[in-house]
Amino acid sequence: MSTKSTEYQRDTSKYERNGNYSSKRSTKDKRLNSKLQKIDKQYKDAIHSAAGTDLLLQENEGFLEADGRMEKTFKFKQDDIVNVVDQSTANKKFDLNLPEFGPYQIDYSRNGRNLLIGGKKGHVASIDWRTGQLDSELHLNETINAVKYLHNDQYFAVAQKKYTFIYDKQGIELHRLKQHIEATLLDFLPYHFLLTTAGQSGFLKYHDVSTGQLVSEIKTKLGPTQAMKQNPWNACIHLGHGNGQITIWSPNVSDPLVKLQSCRGPIRDLAIDREGKYMAVSGSDKTLKIWDIRKFKEIDSYYTPTPATSLDISDNGLLSVGWGPHVTIWKDMFKGKHQADPYMNHLLPGSKTDKVKFVPFEDILGIGHQKGFSSIIVPGSGEANYDALELNPYETAKQRQESEIHSLLNKLPSDSIALDPNFIGTVDKRAKNIRLKPGEINEIENKEDKLEIRPEVKGKNSALRKHLRKKTQNVIDVRKLRIEKNLQKEKEARQRRRKLNQGIPEEENKLDNVLSRFN
Amino acid sequence: MKVKTISRSSDNYVPVRNTQESSLPRNLNPALHPFERAREYTRALQATKLERMFAQPFIGQLGDGHRDGVYTLSKNFKNLSQFASGSGDGVIKYWDLVSRDEIISFKAHHGMISGLCLTPQNQMLSCGNDKYIKLWSVDTDDFENNINDNEIYESKNNGLIKTFIGEHSFSSIDYHHDNKDLFVTGGAQIQLWDINRSKYISNLSWDINNVSKVKFNRTETNIIASLSGGSENNIILYDLRTNTPIQKCITNLKNNCICWNPMESFNFVTGNEDHNAYLWDMRKLKKSLNIYKDHVGAIMDIDISPTGQELITGSYDKTLRIYNINEGHSKDIYHTKRMQKIFCCSYSMDSKYILTGSEDTNIRIWRSNASSRSAIKSSKQRSKLEYDEKLKEKFKYMPEIRRISKHRHVPKVVRQAQEIKRIEIDSLKRRQNNNKRYNKDLPNLSEREKHIRGLAIKDKDEE
Repeated sequence: MSTKSTEYQRDTSKYERNGNYSSKRSTKDKRLNSKLQKIDKQYKDAIHSAAGTDLLLQENEGFLEADGRMEKTFKFKQDDIVNVVDQSTANKKFDLNLPEFGPYQIDYSRNGRNLLIGGKKGHVASIDWRTGQLDSELHLNETINAVKYLHNDQYFAVAQKKYTFIYDKQGIELHRLKQHIEATLLDFLPYHFLLTTAGQSGFLKYHDVSTGQLVSEIKTKLGPTQAMKQNPWNACIHLGHGNGQITIWSPNVSDPLVKLQSCRGPIRDLAIDREGKYMAVSGSDKTLKIWDIRKFKEIDSYYTPTPATSLDISDNGLLSVGWGPHVTIWKDMFKGKHQADPYMNHLLPGSKTDKVKFVPFEDILGIGHQKGFSSIIVPGSGEANYDALELNPYETAKQRQESEIHSLLNKLPSDSIALDPNFIGTVDKRAKNIRLKPGEINEIENKEDKLEIRPEVKGKNSALRKHLRKKTQNVIDVRKLRIEKNLQKEKEARQRRRKLNQGIPEEENKLDNVLSRFN
Repeated sequence: MKVKTISRSSDNYVPVRNTQESSLPRNLNPALHPFERAREYTRALQATKLERMFAQPFIGQLGDGHRDGVYTLSKNFKNLSQFASGSGDGVIKYWDLVSRDEIISFKAHHGMISGLCLTPQNQMLSCGNDKYIKLWSVDTDDFENNINDNEIYESKNNGLIKTFIGEHSFSSIDYHHDNKDLFVTGGAQIQLWDINRSKYISNLSWDINNVSKVKFNRTETNIIASLSGGSENNIILYDLRTNTPIQKCITNLKNNCICWNPMESFNFVTGNEDHNAYLWDMRKLKKSLNIYKDHVGAIMDIDISPTGQELITGSYDKTLRIYNINEGHSKDIYHTKRMQKIFCCSYSMDSKYILTGSEDTNIRIWRSNASSRSAIKSSKQRSKLEYDEKLKEKFKYMPEIRRISKHRHVPKVVRQAQEIKRIEIDSLKRRQNNNKRYNKDLPNLSEREKHIRGLAIKDKDEE
């Protein structure tokens, strides 16, 4: 009895799908009912056994707690934390001092193993950051606006002064994407293999990197794009614009799916959590707003002393905000309660943050700033237990190749991107209204009947008649008289010809030939 | 200050030695697996396409076939790999499926072999139009190993144990599955024989004179079903315990073949001249349980798989179709360019393979599941296949997947015949509807009882 009761205490809430699974569905059809019940049961069993696997998870999430009321977590310095944590974690806190080519854009590969940094003045480096091994380093002598790893650490895209380029791990230039001009923002949809760019031109472009085709280019009509992030849950792209609007796009629709007015000034950056529930937006009007993007409703609004230049949300829901030389990390921002104090603070003296990004599956935050790159420890930010069949930080070359093949085989088509990622396989409830009823088919057929094909007959309109019609009736001028006379002549000629055809001999002119000259 | 950070020891995740498998931890949290539905769908689509790509139903033929059309096939219920076939020139061949070659052949009868059955005692009963029934031994130890095709005509008595002389030519034969001495024959009459007697022991006929097929029930062993053609199209059931007929059902057109369901002993299927096969419950012959449509020629032979889940029909339209037992339309169609009218078909006892005997003298082997392969699979392969199977099942109603999985290449002749048949059926239906509109008294017959004329013995509650 006791074992049974403990079994039913499993917390399955994490594993619930949002679909409309409920055992209350019923129809008149008994067979269908039993099938539905069977499906419900299977679903419950699956969730229950999935929840049972919680026991097998190997790692625990990190945390940072203060002792007593007087201590505050945001007062802790990185040095304090480094002294306390174990050696392997302490090694992950490091700074790269690169004052010449900054400010730096950064990106981590999807499994968090590699770091890509791109300095504004043309310095690009791909690093295995845990071992410190440099994969490639490039000096491009050209402005760099953004850097982005593609599906794994083997390829990366760099948005340069004019074009966007793709390099491989060794730093060899593979492609110059000439369609992507003056891109300043890059993102990559890993399940659809789409590289998205936006920038000065105001275009949002989707490029399929597995086939090399430009899938779609959409004119935003809202000027240069200020910020771009993907919603990892449904692969929609969120753009931030100069007028304070956020627009949400899918590649197969030319208009935005959603428009949100978030700020009074230009948008600076935005971030979306991994389950696609919440979005954080920072604007030049010094606001930081939290949106629920399932309801498109603003939950909360915060004030930043200077406009926040970069935002990122970690797997566990920590929000990092880079503003000026500061990086602030907030916890529990999306739970509906306004937070008075941040979770952590970090100061980069004499520098300015340009890009903050959490490392997947690690308690580390990477900061690209004016004077280089910093990696700081943020306990409790990362997902502790990775799924090796999805993303594996410890993968071997063989596993990487295999997973690449698998992901290419299961590439999702670009036209499946929509606000609801699970729409496939569901019943379109509108269909009932759109569908024709049996009687209506006849109506359509009748309509078609009315459009008969007429034999082509030469119209009786001539240029002369048209001219006559256009002329006002009561105005008589020389030209009109001449036209009428010509028409009369034509008519007579026609009649004469007809009579000739019918065999009627031509009538002799009754008038004297002499007078005919006045005709 | 209390701090804890994620700190994975690479010892736990990276294999130490080359031979060691790297650990693959799983986390089933749906947040880590976005696009669940879309990815499953693409996998299902991929799996459906692969299934169609790997669909190669035809394996090969047995030996060099016969010298005349193959009209009977019999499987050995006790042996997976051995089959017997009888042809139009009176030759019986005994086959080994493993080597796909013949073990022995007999010149058994003058004229056509009309009935053939292998008994569990490694014996074989055959009957023909020449009024003889012959009992053979097919124990391979009884023969010299290298008998070629020419020799059998000289040593006619090779393997022959006994000959029974009948009064009329025979059309069908079947043995009793419990009592090893009894067998039954169909012809002008339906007769019960004992192996130890030279004359039949009883005559079961019920004012009929042309029995085309007899079949013992394999579970309820004393029940016999017989079909008769000619002027009357009957299905008649007999019980040996009372030595009397139980029921007679008269159908519109002749039933050519019959097979008892090995798992549900009270059900049987018949293949009809009207291109359909019917599933019957022997207790309620008023209405058939299911109709199997799709053929465009008369069904010549029918067999239910040993699992009782599927059935195959060989037809006069030169195709073989496979049905799920509880679905009305075929799930697959097999044909080749050279295969002629199919007169006999049979599942192997492991229900993985199908044998067909056709007019073109060949016996062909097919896979019962066109895309399956019988090679030994690693556990990875197996779990992948099972996963794919489940996905296909889940998304089978999606239009793209349904289109791909249903697509079959059908011979042009069959396609044209289907079109003609469709028009015929439509016009018949139209006519029936019109009749019904002006004559309200017409009985409202369901599709499943339309083909039945009536029963000889009515139920009590009906009277």
